[in-house]
Amino acid sequence: MSGGRPRDATRSGRPGRVAGSLRPFGRAPLALLLPALGGLVFLLLPLVALLVRAPWAELPAQLGSPQVWEALRLSLLSATTATALCLVLGVPLAWLLARTDFPGRRLVRALVTVPLVLPPVVGGVALLLALGRDGLVGRLLDDWFGVTLPFTTAGVVVAEAFVAMPFLVISVEGTLRAADPRFEEAAATLGASRFTAFRRVTLPLIAPGVAAGAVLAWARALGEFGATITFAGSFPGRTQTMPLAVYLALQSDPAAAVALSLVLLAVSVAVLGAMRDRWTAGMGG
Amino acid sequence: MRPAPRWAAAVLAAAAVLCGCGAQEPEPTVTVFAAASLKESFTALGEEFEERHPGTEVEFSFGGSDTLAAGITGGAPADVFASADGTTMARVTRAGGASGRPKVFARNRLQIVTLPGNPHRIRSLGDLDRPELKVVLCDASVPCGAAARKALDTARLRLSPASYEQDVKSALTKVRLKEADAALVYATDVRAAGDAVAGVEFPEADTALNSYPITVLADAPQPERAAEFVAFVRSAEGRRVLREAGFLEPGPEAP
Amino acid sequence: MTDVSGAGRPGADRTVTGGSGTGATGTGGEGTGGLEARLVVRRGDFLLDVALSAAPGEVVALLGPNGAGKTTALRALAGLAPLDEGHLRLDGAELAPLPAERRPVGVVFQDYLLFPHLSALDNVAFGLRCRNMSRRAARDEAARWLERVGLAAHAGARPHRLSGGQAQRVALARALATRPRLLLLDEPLAALDARTRLEMRSALRGHLDDFEAVAVLVTHDPLDAMVLADRLVVVEDGRVVQTGTPDLIARRPRTDYVARLVGLNLYRGKATGHLVRVDGREAAVTVTEELTGEVFVAFPPSAVTLHGERPVGTGARNVWRCRVAGIESHGDRIRADLTGELPMAADLTTVSAAQLRLTPGAEVWAAVEAGQTHAYPAR
Repeated sequence: MSGGRPRDATRSGRPGRVAGSLRPFGRAPLALLLPALGGLVFLLLPLVALLVRAPWAELPAQLGSPQVWEALRLSLLSATTATALCLVLGVPLAWLLARTDFPGRRLVRALVTVPLVLPPVVGGVALLLALGRDGLVGRLLDDWFGVTLPFTTAGVVVAEAFVAMPFLVISVEGTLRAADPRFEEAAATLGASRFTAFRRVTLPLIAPGVAAGAVLAWARALGEFGATITFAGSFPGRTQTMPLAVYLALQSDPAAAVALSLVLLAVSVAVLGAMRDRWTAGMGG
Repeated sequence: MRPAPRWAAAVLAAAAVLCGCGAQEPEPTVTVFAAASLKESFTALGEEFEERHPGTEVEFSFGGSDTLAAGITGGAPADVFASADGTTMARVTRAGGASGRPKVFARNRLQIVTLPGNPHRIRSLGDLDRPELKVVLCDASVPCGAAARKALDTARLRLSPASYEQDVKSALTKVRLKEADAALVYATDVRAAGDAVAGVEFPEADTALNSYPITVLADAPQPERAAEFVAFVRSAEGRRVLREAGFLEPGPEAP
Repeated sequence: MTDVSGAGRPGADRTVTGGSGTGATGTGGEGTGGLEARLVVRRGDFLLDVALSAAPGEVVALLGPNGAGKTTALRALAGLAPLDEGHLRLDGAELAPLPAERRPVGVVFQDYLLFPHLSALDNVAFGLRCRNMSRRAARDEAARWLERVGLAAHAGARPHRLSGGQAQRVALARALATRPRLLLLDEPLAALDARTRLEMRSALRGHLDDFEAVAVLVTHDPLDAMVLADRLVVVEDGRVVQTGTPDLIARRPRTDYVARLVGLNLYRGKATGHLVRVDGREAAVTVTEELTGEVFVAFPPSAVTLHGERPVGTGARNVWRCRVAGIESHGDRIRADLTGELPMAADLTTVSAAQLRLTPGAEVWAAVEAGQTHAYPAR
């Protein structure tokens, strides 16, 4: 039931599955292979260009600058906190959408995806109107608790979570719909309350989907620019995340911007790669 | 066999339309890349220019000067570039993108923008240092931020702003939405915002005037019409429109 | 019938295990023990309305064709489908208002629904943990249950590593571990292959014998029902059509469905003396019983003999003119489906089928000895 659970079971189960489901590269039909390779090139080409044109000579100097590490630290911190926030709020929301029926559920489902289609800058403005110092709710926060979110690191987290949450909700909801709801019924007949059933049965069952959603949300939060700069502004060490630093560097020193992008890229690829390994290992259970 | 040539002609015609290289150009179009702060005044000037030159169309692309400059050096097909500062323009000229020397056609002065009615009674640059105030500045990498830094240096002030915004409009937006109490933006932006904000003049702004240079681009598809548009912007009529928008005259020492 | 205690189970050839009947004697005598329910559930056009009762220690089988509402009834008992009307009393307490998790009910689902992320042991311990038992105590208890179903060696295995029979036993242990007062089994043997099914049927029978409270099982397989249950409740189209001991139902089916299940031709009619006029037909059956009024007449397909010409024989023979509607081979026998004066199924050997040149559409005479029929009152 604890953290180490899924791994040992799959270590034995995994090789067989891989051998059974993967075919040699050469056996893939051409009609799939060609567009697949096209897609891969399309995705990787800009990355290659970034690497080719990167000012490698300047990189050590950039990496030596404390601002870079400050922005990186802030980015990782805020993206991770935002992902945690998405999990705490988004997984129950996904459960509600997948497992319960209430009037207007379809509308709510559509509304949940609004941050996906909203230009992030507009999202930032909307957040200001809602949670800003003079916003609908923000005004109350300020009056009652003296809390203002804009221009704070908490504001960065809020902006990132706003933009990233739909990825998590959609991913988890899809997994929940695919999962057999009768496991929850089985748990109920064993005396589990709906929450216990969710926590001890449903959640472990949909863990791969939750993990995938969390990775998507984290990646989206890490790259977030528009909503963050609009809602939280940009101040080094407080609200200036890597994408903001990259953007501002682009105004005056494009070479520095490329260098910063590379740092962000390297870190995110490393983190996602590590998580992917852990989580895909946990999916066979 | 008879339908074949007609069919081929149709394809060719479609191709010509698609790639915009028809043998007969319908109307000359002048494409102007202009700094975002010029939007209101240049739109008005463009309509006026079209009226005076029937059959000519002016198309604008407004945006951050840096973004536009990057587009031009990257090969965007533009005729005219009007930048919000000399540094950005210099990047285009250094890259050989300009045809001839850019000319300053207007200047812009910073103002302190406050909430309507100036509830915090901000009178000078020094007032911005009051701890209860939330102030936002433009990032030093964009023109309004560079100008603000120059003005603050003149006043020997070191502010601790809530944020360094990525452009002047977002700095203004923060005040409009009451997130910030004050910001340093251009007089033209304050004027364009109307009653939503109030502007406060301050003397140090004189040391940090922003010059707006304009030039015909080296690869302009319509060089003659482009030159005519530049001349129109610099004419008495052009200056009148710019003045109404809050811009200052280019000044005597203008190159 | 409902007052029959666990120790006095009716049934043909069953040994009653005396040592395990503690629960039955404990609650059986109080009168309020056991299950007493009327379940009414509406699902669109479908209406389930069944009454059920069972004494502690009794195993009741809900038997019926697919879509009859058996599983709905089971879900209503478990609290997974709300009752639209009716009541559900268990050991004197009304359960209807309680959600599933607060009912003293254990369920073995058709496909077991073992939690795939938990080991067999933790699956069994799950319900105990939900009852606030400490992890250690729950696991100890679960281990004892696994031992009881003979799976101590597989305690650490995940469900996907268990065979069908093993999974079924884990599911049973999981349901029993919480010591429910009502055990529900939904087609408990349906997911097993024929051979495992045979083994598991008798093993399950043993566990049900040991179980001291009420058990209700749902099945569409008459053999499962007859072997496992003390009493059958036949459900068709949402209603109870017949209830009784397996033995009684096998001998005296009251609907076509039951008759087909137990392999009998069944007719309803009016009896006068030894003659039964079949309802809605120009046919009569001579029987050995002497009855009057509404009756059922039943005879097995093997009692029918077929003839190419009208047989001239002696004795109280029933003869009808029929036509062959279909022929199916069942092992070394041929089953003919007949229409005509009296529709029926008839079994004959391959040889006689060939001699008669039995083809669909052929005219035949069907004969049944009166002594091979069985008539009983319909009410």
